[in-house]
Amino acid sequence: MALLDIEGLSVRFKTSSGLFAAVEDVDINVDRGEVWSIVGESGSGKSVSMLATMGLLPWTAQVTADRMTFDGQDLQQLSPRQRRRIVGGEMSMIFQEPMSSLNPCFTVGTQIDEMIKQHLGGSRKERHERALDLLAQVGIPDPARRIKAYPHQLSGGMSQRVMIAMAISCNPRLLIADEPTTALDVTIQAQILELLLKLQEDTGMALILITHDMGVVAETAKHVVVQYAGRQVEKQDVKSLFANPRHPYTEALLSALPERAGNQDRLPTIPGVVPGQHDRPAGCLFNPRCQYATEQCREVEPVPAADDPARTLCHYPLEDGISPSPAAAGVARDNPQSSPHREVRP
Amino acid sequence: MFKFFLVKLAQLVPTFIGVTIVAFSFIRLLPGDPILLMAGERGISAERYAQLKSQMGFDRSLIVQYFDFLKGLLHGDLGNSLVTHAPVMDEFMSRFPATLELSLFALAFAVIIGLPAGVLAAVKRGKTLDHTIMGISLTGYSMPIFWWGLLLIMLFSTILGWTPVSGRISYMYFIEPVTGFMTIDSLIAGDWGAFLSALHYLILPSIVLGTIPLAVIARQTRSSMLEVLGEDYVRTARAKGLSNFRVIMVHTLRNALISVVTVIGLQVGLLLAGAILTETIFSWPGIGKWMIDAISRRDYPSVQGGLVLIAFIVMIVNLLVDLAYGVINPRIRH
Amino acid sequence: MSTISTPAAPGTFRYQLASFWSDFSASRGALVGLLFIVFILLVALFAPWVAPHDPAMQDRSALLVPPVWHAEGSWSYLLGTDAVGRDVLSRLIYGARYSLSISAMVVVLSMGVGIFLGLLAGYFRGWVETVITRVMDVVLAFPSLLLALGLVAILSPGLTSAMIAIALVQLPYFVRLTRAAVIGEKDREYVIASRLSGAGHLRLMFNTLLPNCMAPLIVQATLSFSTAILDIAALGFLGMGVQPPTPEWGAMLANAREFMGSAYWAVTFPGLIILLTVLMINLMGDGLRDALDPKMKRS
Repeated sequence: MALLDIEGLSVRFKTSSGLFAAVEDVDINVDRGEVWSIVGESGSGKSVSMLATMGLLPWTAQVTADRMTFDGQDLQQLSPRQRRRIVGGEMSMIFQEPMSSLNPCFTVGTQIDEMIKQHLGGSRKERHERALDLLAQVGIPDPARRIKAYPHQLSGGMSQRVMIAMAISCNPRLLIADEPTTALDVTIQAQILELLLKLQEDTGMALILITHDMGVVAETAKHVVVQYAGRQVEKQDVKSLFANPRHPYTEALLSALPERAGNQDRLPTIPGVVPGQHDRPAGCLFNPRCQYATEQCREVEPVPAADDPARTLCHYPLEDGISPSPAAAGVARDNPQSSPHREVRP
Repeated sequence: MFKFFLVKLAQLVPTFIGVTIVAFSFIRLLPGDPILLMAGERGISAERYAQLKSQMGFDRSLIVQYFDFLKGLLHGDLGNSLVTHAPVMDEFMSRFPATLELSLFALAFAVIIGLPAGVLAAVKRGKTLDHTIMGISLTGYSMPIFWWGLLLIMLFSTILGWTPVSGRISYMYFIEPVTGFMTIDSLIAGDWGAFLSALHYLILPSIVLGTIPLAVIARQTRSSMLEVLGEDYVRTARAKGLSNFRVIMVHTLRNALISVVTVIGLQVGLLLAGAILTETIFSWPGIGKWMIDAISRRDYPSVQGGLVLIAFIVMIVNLLVDLAYGVINPRIRH
Repeated sequence: MSTISTPAAPGTFRYQLASFWSDFSASRGALVGLLFIVFILLVALFAPWVAPHDPAMQDRSALLVPPVWHAEGSWSYLLGTDAVGRDVLSRLIYGARYSLSISAMVVVLSMGVGIFLGLLAGYFRGWVETVITRVMDVVLAFPSLLLALGLVAILSPGLTSAMIAIALVQLPYFVRLTRAAVIGEKDREYVIASRLSGAGHLRLMFNTLLPNCMAPLIVQATLSFSTAILDIAALGFLGMGVQPPTPEWGAMLANAREFMGSAYWAVTFPGLIILLTVLMINLMGDGLRDALDPKMKRS
């Protein structure tokens, strides 16, 4: 039985112009100790699906799922009180903006202590000891001094370390990291990722890493979910995903990696942006940006083939890097740059 | 922190000098001759007029007069009232506690009701309760308090007979003034009945004076709560599995208070302006009523001294609010 | 890029107006407020035709007549009469003329002077700014009503002096807002572009900067309008504003005060109309703020 088992997760937001489906029909099943990654550009709904799992979305969000269990407990059936026992304790989360994710009015120590008190309890002294241990564990120098610091006295990297210390303070079985390094300096990014992976190995917790960076995925995850415009377009383990991407979007993301671009002068890019609430195209959501798109793609919404383990959301899934699409004939495979840049405008 | 205080204090000096110039010019600009006015109906001889004029310094140049005024001010001497002939400083100090007591009760009323109301409205955003609370506070905010006072007197004093109409305490009690606060003095005197009476007399004026601050506090609390509720650290607090109550009362309110405290501080000027009307309606023997009387009797030294002292109090309170802001906001403190 | 036809293209004045109106009218309170203000403006404008009686006419045979719904009430005096037999309703209707026109003058006066001083302070900075902000700090150090009372005492009680006094008390808010807005806009590209193309100080201040600082000023103007109504009534109530027998709302309250026990209507209605007017203006102000403040704007 999977630790986190989600099937058919959808999140809709009430807006002034009707319901907006930010996430639709997403599946994810994480086993104990696994490292997963959810990839996609901004606006692809990858954070929203995890916030929904944590129960952190505002009241304007409607969350539905065919199945949504954590360790066998149905998250949708739990009372808010029961759910709060899981959230923070067994399943915790860190966020993209570490600087603003810590409460400016309380010291680092107070904020870690609050978490321990909520889920583990213990005497004041025990909790203090644990907080010091945690700070040392996440690589904060001089924990005895830093524990009294206010968030504004910490750098971004330090703040993220504090957030991680807080998130692992109650020995969670699943840690969700929502773009934990995006807001940090490049040099710090690698350190934080390393720290997360080391903690994952040491504690045996499962880790879900939300990112838009395929490079990060390659270095960390075992399993990958690719999301686009709220839809899950492909799900594979990392080796086969890199060797044999099934969805044109995944292929495009991969070819934007410097390592894969070969010795071209310029890195390939994906023209256009993720469609928003008001400019969703008909047919396949990716069709305006897809170099293989056909009439069918522009008119008919694709469904994953029943026999496809990757559940690729595409009419013409790639086979060994080659698209069976009739439109693929005109595309020079080795240089995606040569494809005409169709500007996407509503 | 202390340096912060000194800098703020130094910034007040030019403003305070400005205040003294305004107050000083005031009585020189008022129509009518103060000496003739003092003499009253019977008139005054030319010699006596000249004598009084030099005695009060009106025959010297304005600059000299101003510096005399400043010198007196630094020694706590604001001249004597033309009506009672008592020192203006003493007159002011004997009435100030009454105003302060009333203002503190009004502010307490405003905070005790306004703050929870604002929190509740923010938590129930968009619901009926939110609309109700905001509707009531906008009405309170728009209230002509002199009419509100009359209305409450009409209802609670004239019709229901629950509350007294005017004054600070029942005539049955005589309390020796020690602090000037009727509630505290009656407790010092050990007179429980007098204490209750003093509270009884405070109810209506405090409600009337506290109405607008209450509305302002409720509105400000709601809007800063809503702002803070959207912050990342509130999401973090929820992600920690904390109870709703703790997320709102500890993580959200604590941060929302930073701007609410500033707004509460700004109410002091408003309270003193409101005190003028409230004290007139309830015959409350404080500085508001005293200033009105002084203006209508053309008691120039009292008007001048009162203006300086009241402005001074407003400035000091604003300074204290700045300091409180530093204490409550760790980002400023360090 | 778009021809001039409906719907208006983004960026044009018509588009802004339409977008403003759709935001503003989204709030029911703001619409109700606007309708009420229009209604009361019309009533004030057409007072001689609307009012059932001459506001100064004293009917000696009808002293302190209660409103029409009382047994002793009369259809001739819908809201009753005061102690000298004047019709309360007619006096309220004529009173609207005074309250609204004086308050409007207050807003025009303090907004005009305030914007000018604020522009000077924000545009030139340096000693000009220091002097202007210090003077405004001094004004703010006094409780507003006290300062207004003092000024009225100097100028002798009456309509004009009440207006000037209240305008002065409101001045600092406009100065501060304008100054802050100008400082915020001053270094934006369009201002620099305008300066480089040779615009003079006056042109930069009034044609380039001012239109882009108007939103908060308009909101402040409504706030200031309602405060002015309250302050004028307060001055009238204290006997320092509009002088009797002029039917001003605050003065009516003061006159009726001694009959509070026996004739509630003479006290209740003037206050109620002050409250309603101020409330409606504030409702409208809240709607304006939501529609003009981009921070509060829903996407």
